[in-house]
Amino acid sequence: MAALSGLDLDVSPGEFVALLGPSGCGKSTLLRLVAGLDEPTSGQALVDGAPAFERRVPVGFVFQDAHLMPWRTVLDNAALPLELAGVPRAERRAAARGVLVDVGLEDAMDRLPAELSGGMRMRVSLARALLGRPRLLLLDEPFAALDELTRQRLDDHLRALWDRDRTTTLFVTHSIVEAAYLANRVIVFSARPARILADVVLDLPAARTAALRGEPAFARETRRLFTALEQGDG
Amino acid sequence: MAERAVARVAPPVVAAILALLVWEGLVRALAVPLYLLPPPSVIAATAVDSGGVLFRGTCTTGLAAGAGFALSAVLGTLFAVVLSASRGLERALYPYTVVLQTVPIVAIAPLLVLWFGPGPRAVTVAAFIVSVFPVVANALTGLQSVDPALRDLFRLYGAGRWRTLATLSLPSALPHIFTGLRVAAGLAVIGAVVGEMVAGYAEDAPGLGILVMTAYKQLQTDLLFASVLGSTALGVALFGLVGLVGDRLLRRWHASAQSDPTWGAARRCIGRRETRHSGLP
Repeated sequence: MAALSGLDLDVSPGEFVALLGPSGCGKSTLLRLVAGLDEPTSGQALVDGAPAFERRVPVGFVFQDAHLMPWRTVLDNAALPLELAGVPRAERRAAARGVLVDVGLEDAMDRLPAELSGGMRMRVSLARALLGRPRLLLLDEPFAALDELTRQRLDDHLRALWDRDRTTTLFVTHSIVEAAYLANRVIVFSARPARILADVVLDLPAARTAALRGEPAFARETRRLFTALEQGDG
Repeated sequence: MAERAVARVAPPVVAAILALLVWEGLVRALAVPLYLLPPPSVIAATAVDSGGVLFRGTCTTGLAAGAGFALSAVLGTLFAVVLSASRGLERALYPYTVVLQTVPIVAIAPLLVLWFGPGPRAVTVAAFIVSVFPVVANALTGLQSVDPALRDLFRLYGAGRWRTLATLSLPSALPHIFTGLRVAAGLAVIGAVVGEMVAGYAEDAPGLGILVMTAYKQLQTDLLFASVLGSTALGVALFGLVGLVGDRLLRRWHASAQSDPTWGAARRCIGRRETRHSGLP
């Protein structure tokens, strides 16, 4: 059975795009195609004009769970991408320290994953994806398993990092509020097989802070997304 | 902590002492002949008297068992790596490792004598054959239960097959591998003792299997018991050694793998650390 059908989506460099749709609709499949982890049965996934599975562009990927290596410290987990790229130990550790500071884990570098809370583990996972400055950041419902407060905090962190680096970001979520809060553009998907229901460019200020969640503009934009999602149901 | 250790050790020790007392009392009261069932006190005296022979025998058997175990550990893990590399290979070869496990070692021991000559080499091979299966089976399970998301990640970062094996698959399989090694440790001693009964010879330091057979033929039941005691001690020692090494290697992170209930102590320890840190976001 096809997970995606008749899909045509273009993302420009530096965009923060949320892929919003019901759970299990095929958003994750789309992300895996872009990462080059799966090949499309028909059609193409191109990154920078080249087929995604050739993996020419450095990509960072964050899964729904942290997926860390339990025998390694936080620091060595975060350093993995550069280790696999053959970067010497001292150098990759220095770089890993940098991204761990970025996600607020400067005090946990020598701990093991089993000693961390779920939110901290997810931060390590995010730091690992950010290491080596990927040109494309793919996140597959990364904070869905966390409690609301932790999730909002991580959303803030992610948005702040995007503000600084402007890494092209695809963020899969089934939360309307999260999509509106994080992204500049939201692609709304139908249930499986996923079709694009709406391509919404959000009319919100660039600075995303907790206060934004209470603004009328935010309520208006989330309602737009909600309406688009509902169309898919009927 | 000390209190809990006492609570754990005391019951089996008390049980053992009671059992030995009952044994001693019954054998004496019923005047059971020595060659049928000697009382524990006689066995202990014999063990002390023949201490030198028993010790050297334990060393001989221990060497063969240790060598067989080492072969199992290395070749078994290598074989599991080969099997895990392809489904086709696994389907073609894995059934035969199961067959190997079910072949009675006593039945093929004469063959080992023909091939390797009587002596330590045949005994080592016997220990290897008996102990290799649990290593292969557990290592294979471990290698096949590597986190698929981490596999994807390694692919994403362009890691090759060997790199993935060394950095991801083998370390993740380590808890499973050690489960297999601990089972193999006990089996290697059994394999060595049985191997000696068929393939060993009375060299300067006859192994425990030969001591058992000699004692049996001469109706020295007390020496027989002492030899059995020696081989049990050997098995426990090898098992304990492997457990200790595994503990050392895995203690810090194993809780997250949650694959083996016998690691409860390590898990509780890590669990405590986790609650201490869980106040942080």
